[in-house]
Amino acid sequence: MNVDNPTWMIIPILLPLTAGLLCFLFHRKTFAIVLSAVLANFMAACFLTGQLLTFGHMRYSMGGWQAPLGITLRTDGPAVLMLLMTGVTGLAITLYARGYFSFRIDDPGRTERHQHQQRYFWPLWMLLLSGLNGLFLSNDIFNLYITLEIIGISAASLAALSGKPAALLASFRYLLTSLLGSLTFLLGIVFLYKSCGVLDLDLLRNLTEHGPGVRAALALMSVGLLLKTALVPMHFWLPPAHANALAPVSAILSALVIKGSFYLLFRLWFEVFASAITTAALNVMGTLGSVAILWGAIQAIRQHRLKLMVAYSTVSQLGYLFIAFPLSRTADNAQVWSIVIFMAMAHACAKSAMFMSAGTIFLHFGHDRIRDLTGVRASLPITVFAYGIAGVTLMGLPPSGAFIAKWLLLSSALASSQWWWALVIVAGSVMAMIYVFRVISRFIVIPEGFSSQKLGYHSRLLEWPALALAMISLLLGLAAPWPLHILARGSHDLTQILPGGLP
Amino acid sequence: MNWQQLLLVFILLSSLIPGIIIFGMPEEKHRLRTVFNLCGATVKIALIVVMDIGIYLGHTFEIRIPLIPGVELLLNGDPLSALFATLSSVLWLLTTIYAVGYLEGSPNRSHFFGYFSLCVTVTIGIALSGNLVTFLLFYEMLTLTTYPLVIHRGTGKALRAGRNYLIYAFSSGAVFLVAVIWLQNVVGPVDFSAAGFSPLFTNSHSTVLMLIFMLLILGVGVKAALVPLHGWLPQAMIAPAPVSSLLHAVAVVKAGAFGIVRIVLDVYGAQNLLLLGILPLLGGIATITILYGSLRALQQDNLKRLLAFSTISQVSYIALGMSLVDQPLAVIGGLVHLVHQGLMKITLFFCAGNLAETLGIHHISKMDGVARRMPLTMTAFTIGALGMIGIPPTVGFVSKWYLGLGSLAAGNWWLLGVLAVSSLLNGCYFLPILTRAWFGKQQGPWPEELHTGRFETRLMLLLPPLITAFTVLAAGAVANAQISPLSWVRFIVKEYGL
Repeated sequence: MNVDNPTWMIIPILLPLTAGLLCFLFHRKTFAIVLSAVLANFMAACFLTGQLLTFGHMRYSMGGWQAPLGITLRTDGPAVLMLLMTGVTGLAITLYARGYFSFRIDDPGRTERHQHQQRYFWPLWMLLLSGLNGLFLSNDIFNLYITLEIIGISAASLAALSGKPAALLASFRYLLTSLLGSLTFLLGIVFLYKSCGVLDLDLLRNLTEHGPGVRAALALMSVGLLLKTALVPMHFWLPPAHANALAPVSAILSALVIKGSFYLLFRLWFEVFASAITTAALNVMGTLGSVAILWGAIQAIRQHRLKLMVAYSTVSQLGYLFIAFPLSRTADNAQVWSIVIFMAMAHACAKSAMFMSAGTIFLHFGHDRIRDLTGVRASLPITVFAYGIAGVTLMGLPPSGAFIAKWLLLSSALASSQWWWALVIVAGSVMAMIYVFRVISRFIVIPEGFSSQKLGYHSRLLEWPALALAMISLLLGLAAPWPLHILARGSHDLTQILPGGLP
Repeated sequence: MNWQQLLLVFILLSSLIPGIIIFGMPEEKHRLRTVFNLCGATVKIALIVVMDIGIYLGHTFEIRIPLIPGVELLLNGDPLSALFATLSSVLWLLTTIYAVGYLEGSPNRSHFFGYFSLCVTVTIGIALSGNLVTFLLFYEMLTLTTYPLVIHRGTGKALRAGRNYLIYAFSSGAVFLVAVIWLQNVVGPVDFSAAGFSPLFTNSHSTVLMLIFMLLILGVGVKAALVPLHGWLPQAMIAPAPVSSLLHAVAVVKAGAFGIVRIVLDVYGAQNLLLLGILPLLGGIATITILYGSLRALQQDNLKRLLAFSTISQVSYIALGMSLVDQPLAVIGGLVHLVHQGLMKITLFFCAGNLAETLGIHHISKMDGVARRMPLTMTAFTIGALGMIGIPPTVGFVSKWYLGLGSLAAGNWWLLGVLAVSSLLNGCYFLPILTRAWFGKQQGPWPEELHTGRFETRLMLLLPPLITAFTVLAAGAVANAQISPLSWVRFIVKEYGL
């Protein structure tokens, strides 16, 4: 196959799926399988990025069947950036999970349960990764629905892995919400198919008339996706599910899974049905986003447990993504995409780093009560440092990727005199400072007469992946020209689309 | 990359790399850590001196890193940044020596010196910033790197002080960010080298530009401790003495004052500010701060707290000088006070730290006769205090002289009055301390006396205040010499064409 062949696109979907199946067959070598799969996945993402930069965006019809009959995949700027984000965070999370499980398995007395958890973790994680990559690449609504289902079910199962009653309850609630979301989405698809007869995104985009059927379909699909994205007031399931899961699972859920459904929603609103969206709808999204920012931050400030605090901070950070909606009326499309992409990438790296650090602390101290975590720095300096750097990104300080996103948000809010969004963004950043530093000040202070806890077994894999992700999220702003370049290359003029099919 | 750009990078790395190494170093390796610290500080001074000479000879030092359209990081060495960078790096070396002596035997020193090095890296970054975005980047980082130092003692009081510091600093940082973006939306990106945006904007957007100016000053005013944004500073004196020196003389307050200078001279420029007619507001705030700080200092018994209020008052001289931006003499007075205040205040804080560390004295009421026990320390303190009052030939006199001449030239008689009242108040709170120390009778044993052998206190604690006190005298006595803060400030003012 030549490098300009669009068939390569299928690799990021098939590869983790195969790895997941192999995990069941060779359950002694699971880590080796998964590690090679995520490495290959990362390389595939890089390859697709390179391909996009050289040849422009591409389309691939599976088995040579063209739309509307066949299933099509495509790459463009946002898609490859999301693939890259998943590739990088996925790699770090995999390494961390290895350290996490070996730490717990070495804990005598509970070995069997942890081995059991690990056995199911790897294949489920691979299934989830495959679903996510599929979501980013698919160009067909029904196909997207299937990826949503794969993601939802594997994510809920992962959340249940910890086995504690609280986690079981939370993950069951998560599963039901997720299913409700998928069903609503499916209902939307039915409406859509009934009124247009096509499900391919490009064909849908070319529709000029949006009748009541299409509008109803869009509304249903949006509600389904918002449920999965946990926008306030549909966030109720998120904090318990994310906080009670095992640490690597929390990282996956907060960093990647939510971004998947958000990405799809954003794509539907701003690319496929852009002309059907009303200003009122955009403002509703912006308002809900503002409420999310403030409410999530207030809740995060009030939490007594570290992981719950981090989970509420996710609720808050998601709000920024939705503030981009109303600003799209005045900002150009490229700017809105860059806001969303920078925010999503920075948050994915920072939040997974934060959950990993919180998990390491939980493992070592056996609890995550914030008030009893004084002087953690003495035992786990790198973890605390990673946590702090990730916190800086959440606060949106320069030079983090979130700073770039906030700069663009504030800039377009002020340019169009919509200062109220600017107020919310500023208030959210200050509140983020409070919930980040409330914890960090405890971590780094060593009061007089403090004796640090001696650690037993310790693995570098528990600390360094988190630090690496935190540094990426912090330095993303300095590398801002590259994502912008990739986004610019992936703009949507259809003339560049190559014919699909096998060579 | 040409040599000028490499030089800028090395100037930043010369404290960043020691900082990172120190973080990773085991706690017990005291000697090695001190070597790294002092080497870094010395190399940094050497590199900055090379930059100073280069700037004087007319070389350009510039690194541009584009981020997104309209936003770029810009490091730029101009005469003004050279002034601040030289001041900070020299005082940093002295503070490091002092801190090594001060923290002898106390725990968590790796942590402390690591952040200490990061802090100076960031301060030099502020000095070298070539536009508002870069300034903002380092300005926020300064808060992050100083916070662990403020709460270093880990007591409840220290934590509360740290919390207030963060809230003040990050809220103002957020306001500053909004102001920067807003300004960019109105006038486009502004580099500091441009000496102000085009006056055309002033005519068309005067109200908005006034509002943005106020927001910008609000943003930097917290660190510069302008009243009523000063609340965090007296609380933060709970930190160890080297940190107080860092806050008051080397980095934080100075960064705020430096920000005011940049906004007035470079972002808006004299011409626009005169057109907007907003300078009296800045002058008014500065006046209030000068008087308020002095009046509060009068009421203090805690020595470090008194010094904190004195800083609030003294730093506003810089803002005062900037509010008379059309008078070159006043600008000279304000700019040179950036250096002079640093030298005097660091002397005073070193001495206060010596009293606390050697004799356990924290309050003025316990200082009777202390000069007989620690004559050298109190000599240095006396020189610093006299400088604050403005008695010749100290550097304090030089600043006040130029500010006074500037306000006369502007026809502002009442500002002269403010300067006089401020000197009087300074005298009212410093002279009683001096008489107590020199002529008072020791009452009972010292609270916690430390026996230190040959000298009155540890040598590393004694040398830094003596050096700075000597500079306070020398730089004032030979203010007109070829190499002095004053002549460099004259060079700056000439560059601005005032």
